[in-house]
Amino acid sequence: MTSTPPIALSDAPPRGWQTTGLLAARRRLRDRLATGLSWAATALVLVILASILLSLLLKGLPGLTPGALFRSSAPPGAHGGLANAIVGSLEQTGLALLIGTPLGLLGGIFLAEYGQESRFSTLVRFVSDMLLSAPSILIGLFVYLVIVAPQGHFSGFAGAIALAILAMPIIVRTTEDMLRLVPVSMREAGMALGAPRWRVIVFLCLRAARGGVLTGILLALARVAGETAPLLFTSLGNMTWSLNLNAPMASLPVAIYQYAGSAYDDWVQLAWTAALLITAGVLLINILVRFGFRRGT
Amino acid sequence: MGNSALTGFPQTREFRPMTGAAKTSALSDTLFSTIVRLSGLLILLIVGGLIAVLCRGGVAAFHAFGAHFLVSRIWNPVTDVYGAAAPVFGTLVTTFLAVVMAVPLAFGVAFWLAEMAPAAIAGSVATAVQLLAAVPSIIYGMWGFFVIVPLMASHVEPFATHTFGHLPLIGTLFSGAPYGTGLLTGAIILAIMITPFMCAVMRDVFVSMPAVLRESAYGLGATRWEVMRQVTLPWSRQAVIGGVVLGMGRAMGETMAVTFVIGNSNRINWSLFAPGNTIASLIALEFPESPAGSLKLAALLALGFILMTISFLTLAGSRMLLRRKPATSH
Repeated sequence: MTSTPPIALSDAPPRGWQTTGLLAARRRLRDRLATGLSWAATALVLVILASILLSLLLKGLPGLTPGALFRSSAPPGAHGGLANAIVGSLEQTGLALLIGTPLGLLGGIFLAEYGQESRFSTLVRFVSDMLLSAPSILIGLFVYLVIVAPQGHFSGFAGAIALAILAMPIIVRTTEDMLRLVPVSMREAGMALGAPRWRVIVFLCLRAARGGVLTGILLALARVAGETAPLLFTSLGNMTWSLNLNAPMASLPVAIYQYAGSAYDDWVQLAWTAALLITAGVLLINILVRFGFRRGT
Repeated sequence: MGNSALTGFPQTREFRPMTGAAKTSALSDTLFSTIVRLSGLLILLIVGGLIAVLCRGGVAAFHAFGAHFLVSRIWNPVTDVYGAAAPVFGTLVTTFLAVVMAVPLAFGVAFWLAEMAPAAIAGSVATAVQLLAAVPSIIYGMWGFFVIVPLMASHVEPFATHTFGHLPLIGTLFSGAPYGTGLLTGAIILAIMITPFMCAVMRDVFVSMPAVLRESAYGLGATRWEVMRQVTLPWSRQAVIGGVVLGMGRAMGETMAVTFVIGNSNRINWSLFAPGNTIASLIALEFPESPAGSLKLAALLALGFILMTISFLTLAGSRMLLRRKPATSH
């Protein structure tokens, strides 16, 4: 009851976590609150992901019949399928990668091996990173104005170009990052054997970094496979079976867009099935890449 | 520095007479370095071309309507009168709301992943969050249209109108018919889409803070939240802001997801439940009905130009804040 001697005051443990008292209680409460909210945020994000995947499975799986996979588009009620959209998507993303991969690899090699810290390479890196996050609809408009409008018609080829422009910066970035991880001793060894610089880069550095470079290409594939907005302005979509790259071409994302907004149940069902197909493909690539890459390093 | 061995290499060649093989390899080296440089140039040309082409395309609309195009609220294809105010308003409102919702969410998940995730599940949860970023935007649109919109229409919006609708000032925000589609729904979908991007940036920078800072704060008796609030956040402020701005840039240009749920109306309305439009969704919707050479197409291109300007400025800002560390040595 009596006041404590002054010496004991200075020896007392600091008021804080371990002690009782208003301040300690308030600090503890704040910490608990932040922790709780943080758990809640994580749970919410996981619930959202689960909800997306579940609704895709529940509504998409019932429509996943051979008819849906092997028939082409048809008017509502006529048992149409997604065959033309699947083939169109494969053709356009395939061509996009065929164009985008070599250009992306070269760009990455330039930034990692030749650019050093020159002004030009800093600018290229900056612009390439901006292109990486630029709205894809702008790239669609650009390709429309440069290719579709002068040609006078929509084409699968224009769609592939738009997708290639989207894929390129992704490949540039991963290639540069991966090449920078290749030890300099490997370059020196190649040089010492008298190999020209380009052979050292292509046959030693690029080969040593191939796992990471392949990851970049696959991620680019996953990204462009689901792109819709640029295709609306370039390949437009096509209701009939067509392999012609010089004509309007169907694709899964555009088919989803056309079918999902319609008032016909069988079209909406096709949209769900197409959405399931494209999401399963994109997520599978992502998961494979993550696990394969983890094992590789 | 690491490359001095590479750049020093050609000098050693001088000591030997150039044989045929050496000449070929010197030639092939020059050729390769030229090709590689050209591909770098190509990237600049694509972005430069994009800017130039959209500028030129939009000039027609600015010629026809003058600066008034920017502030006019009218978008009427019948009378061929177009103004950008409504879609610009919709873009800014949805982006703002999306960022306001996504920042706490992304921060919470990043905090959890960096500081309190049990080791056994941390990796899987981080992968799951990143998968959310990989889902194509049209899937968000469909999911939003068939799952979120009915939820908003039957539960969230009637409840909000009932609770806040009669309050002065903010009541306007929650007024109007509960269609389910509208600015708020669009913003929610956008928030979900940009959360993984922000979260990835935040987590990376939280984890990269030197452990000694965190440990000394804990050693002084700080709680977990105090370490985050007073040590980690100040240390990583610049990158966190960069991540938020990056997410903002993404939200502005997002097209397909928004097109499904925004309601598509070219009016400026202060209610969050009112249907609206963003620049990107308007372009996607009206483009098929815009013949080449029409005034409408010019107006859409002008909108594209506006979108490009604000999103490139935003992205450039975020790149400045997130500047990649100067090339680490090989």
